Amino acid sequence: MAENKKYTKTQELTYELRVKDVMNRTVVAVSPKTTINELREIFRDNRISGTPVEDKGKLIGIISIEDVINCLSEGEMDAIVADKMSTNVEVLRPDEPLVHAVSKFNKSGFGRFPVIERDGGKLAGVITKGDIIKGILEKLEIHYHEEEIQRHRASYIFDDIVADQTTLSFQYNIKSKDFNRAGESSSQLKKALNCLGIQPDLVRRSAIAAYEAEMNIVVFADGGRLSAAVQTSQIKLTASDSGPGIPDIEKAMQPGYSTAPDWVQELGFGAGMGLMNIKNCTDKMDIQSEIGKGTHITAIIYLNNKK
Amino acid sequence: MMTLKEIIVILKAEVVTGADKLNMKIQIGCAADLMSDILAFSSPGALLLTGLTNPQVIRTAEMIDIKAICFVRAKKPDNTITTMADDLNMVLLRTDLPMFESCGRLYKEGIVSIDNLGIDKNGRE
Repeated sequence: MAENKKYTKTQELTYELRVKDVMNRTVVAVSPKTTINELREIFRDNRISGTPVEDKGKLIGIISIEDVINCLSEGEMDAIVADKMSTNVEVLRPDEPLVHAVSKFNKSGFGRFPVIERDGGKLAGVITKGDIIKGILEKLEIHYHEEEIQRHRASYIFDDIVADQTTLSFQYNIKSKDFNRAGESSSQLKKALNCLGIQPDLVRRSAIAAYEAEMNIVVFADGGRLSAAVQTSQIKLTASDSGPGIPDIEKAMQPGYSTAPDWVQELGFGAGMGLMNIKNCTDKMDIQSEIGKGTHITAIIYLNNKK
Repeated sequence: MMTLKEIIVILKAEVVTGADKLNMKIQIGCAADLMSDILAFSSPGALLLTGLTNPQVIRTAEMIDIKAICFVRAKKPDNTITTMADDLNMVLLRTDLPMFESCGRLYKEGIVSIDNLGIDKNGRE
């Protein structure tokens, strides 16, 4: 039993919340001279099923719909509240934890308790089981909302880490000529950027650029590396390979210029759009390439939406 | 703007995967067999029409947040592709119609290309 005992969030809240946090403050207290007939209408108009009875600002009893029903069946609707109310009233204090109210409800079987101020004994409110449920649900809602906000808050991780410059970096190794798995690294990178809460359109631009760079490595080089360095102000993508190199970068940048073999084009790539796509999706791009040595592309995307 | 359910009727299409997501709303279409073109000239949330059936179609769609793809010309995607699409919560449709007619039918019913909306593909101002 003991090892399985779980302490739930709801239980935690019954300790955290106070009676005053969930009680109903707009109390329709009645005077002892009210007739049961009048009381019936008060209950109906206010949609309540019970209320405290006050005399000169002092709580003297509590009366519920059950008393009204009894009077109805006995034909005593003209009786006054003072004669029919329960005078043995149990009360709660505003500062008591909710768990006290819960146990009081469980023990007594009453539908409601008046809440009385410790100083002066003034009636502060009424609490029902419904108020408790509502109060807990509201609190859970607030917790959930905060969690959601935090999950979506852009790059909150950067706020939590204190340093003069924070850089998160991801690196992916890319295999050559493995067309079925090509794009996996960019896919993982995109998920990682999403996890950081970066703005969706910036994630998309980074992903497209990374994907085109990854495809180039798969097609032309014997594998290589794709990496992303994320800072508060920018994402820096780097794609490097030790492939054949680009003979004429200016030409390679032209849309439609391609040296890709036929099998690549059949897969929907190699139409000479790749480098242009990377350039268009990023704010700054640089290509270093040497024949026989390899190609090194860096591309930067600013996170503050300024170019 | 129409739902995938309506698009299925227009294209006489069948659902390959994602039958639970057919209430998705589509406003923009893009069509190509060249994935680089899709990467360069399409927009998030578009319906992609293509005759190409390889994993790169799904990867391309993933990169630009395309959630619905229709394979034209009676092409059938294999299991690798449907599994990838499932993982990414995408809807895959297929139709026997050729690309030209598929585009024509959708355009006639009000699906437009991204250029017609006058917004930059990357949402940049």
